[in-house]
Amino acid sequence: MSSPTSSTTGRQLFDCRDAYMSALEEMAAADPRVCAVANDSLSSAKLKNFKEKFPDRFINVGIAEQNMVGVGAGLANGGMIPYVCGAACFLTARAMEQVKVDLAYTKANVKLCAMSPGMAYGQLGPTHHSIEDLAWMRVLPNLTVIVPADPVETAAAMRYSLIHEGPMFLRIARVPVPRVHGDDYEFRLGEAVRLREGSDVTLIANGLMVCRALDAANALEARGISARVLNMSTVKPLDREAILDAARTTHGIVTAEEALAAGGLGGAVAEVLAQEHPAPMRILGVPDVFAPTGTAEFLLEHFGLTAAGIERAALELLQREA
Amino acid sequence: MGETIAMEMPPTGPERAAWLKHKANWIRLSAMTMNHHAKLGHTGGDLSAADILAVLFLGGILRVNPAQPRWPERDRFILSKGHGAAAYYSTLAARGFLPVEQLKTYMDPLSMLNGHPDRNKVPGVEANTGPLGHGLPIAVGAALAARMRKESWRVFVLTGDGELQEGSNWEAAMTAQHYGLDQLTVIVDRNRIQQGDFTENTIRMEPLAARFAAFGFAVEEIDGHSTAALFDRLSHLPLESGKPSCLIANTIKGKGVSFAENQPAWHHGVPTKEQLATAAKELDVEGAW
Repeated sequence: MSSPTSSTTGRQLFDCRDAYMSALEEMAAADPRVCAVANDSLSSAKLKNFKEKFPDRFINVGIAEQNMVGVGAGLANGGMIPYVCGAACFLTARAMEQVKVDLAYTKANVKLCAMSPGMAYGQLGPTHHSIEDLAWMRVLPNLTVIVPADPVETAAAMRYSLIHEGPMFLRIARVPVPRVHGDDYEFRLGEAVRLREGSDVTLIANGLMVCRALDAANALEARGISARVLNMSTVKPLDREAILDAARTTHGIVTAEEALAAGGLGGAVAEVLAQEHPAPMRILGVPDVFAPTGTAEFLLEHFGLTAAGIERAALELLQREA
Repeated sequence: MGETIAMEMPPTGPERAAWLKHKANWIRLSAMTMNHHAKLGHTGGDLSAADILAVLFLGGILRVNPAQPRWPERDRFILSKGHGAAAYYSTLAARGFLPVEQLKTYMDPLSMLNGHPDRNKVPGVEANTGPLGHGLPIAVGAALAARMRKESWRVFVLTGDGELQEGSNWEAAMTAQHYGLDQLTVIVDRNRIQQGDFTENTIRMEPLAARFAAFGFAVEEIDGHSTAALFDRLSHLPLESGKPSCLIANTIKGKGVSFAENQPAWHHGVPTKEQLATAAKELDVEGAW
């Protein structure tokens, strides 16, 4: 499949939904327990092909997210492994109580595929943005929360989800991203991936912010600053050791996520640091506002969720001149 | 099916209804005793649902196995009105899923018997319910799983009537119709009272049968306190091939105990010791346990 390239970096870019879809179809072909549940949006959830290949294992409940999640719980009760796929904004907010009770509290073996999260829907506005989801999902006991950084990790996390018993929330990115992981990448739950060594500052990111953190680390290197980069794709369970090690061995931590700055990845990292090893920190995310009108790329720029924004935060943290 | 715990079989013929009624009355007194013990509970709805629960579990309608609560091919029963927990736990104990002794711990600190059921703690419980409008979507999912796996298990869900004000039920009803889930049976405990008032003074539920019919269910109204009628209808499902079934069980909240019958205040009323004694006499049960 041909992929677009970035106009600024020339890198090939990928829609992680393609990787999710291929992985799901492979898993369904190999395991008769795998099924998919959708809420009308077959094309945005990339399920058209799945429906054709596995018509008996595809359920479309229509525009009914509360029911969709409950149906997922019932399918799991009946021994199936349902992948419940829908736009992240509706899947979480509309069905929050079903996610809490039917999945998390029940420990139902249901996988939520939250499509087009963050500000992927750009100009469609805050109704369609899903920047609250990380805060909402990560506080639920029993629920595993994963935010893959690229297509390789998306596919690996999908394959992992099949062997993991219990409810899981996977954020499937729509905004095109370059690859940050090699073909031999293996997903390990709860382990931050150290993508770059560094001793001055640590950049912790997930999702589409990971490649931006790597770019920021390159820019910092040019200034003589050594930045460690951690891909914290598992938000829950959190890799406390990697965070504490970063606090002990570097001079501060910058977190970056395509979500509200309150309650998400940055909040999770801050909870560990505040109680176990206080360290200087900056949390990059969407501030306490609903986004204005603009494309996803415009909004990421608007909120400083860029390599330059991460670089700036690291310099501030180290009290260095920009 | 593996190891089984022998079920006390109901008599056949005309004695069956009375036998089941006696079991239902034991469930009633047991639930009231639990609520008295916990100083908390939902007595009215426990009493309205008792006959339905007795017929399903003790009348041999449900194909379940207490020795293997997660036997894959079992019938699924989901108590969507999760606040009817005391009656439900009593029923599960009577069917052998848990020791009757356990009922004495209802809502005690760290007891497995929470005020609303938890499937990870209580054998026989299929879904963690309590917030209303959750049971039917889960039941639809379990029925779809049966179809995908080409299994013959059936799914029963017991809802309250006020509960049907939650929109998620009607989302699930549309799915049940669309997929023609005739292995699914919804039983509505139509006691006409919700927490604050009578249902019809709150948000009108009628014409309830017509509503379910319009959503594609085969519907029948029955006397939810006639163990004979319940046994008969539940033995002949689906009501119509290719359609989900809906039994609207007309019940009386607080049924069987004069001071609690049809009183909104008994939605979560808790009986005193004296009231328990009166109830035992009226229910003709010599103490639950």
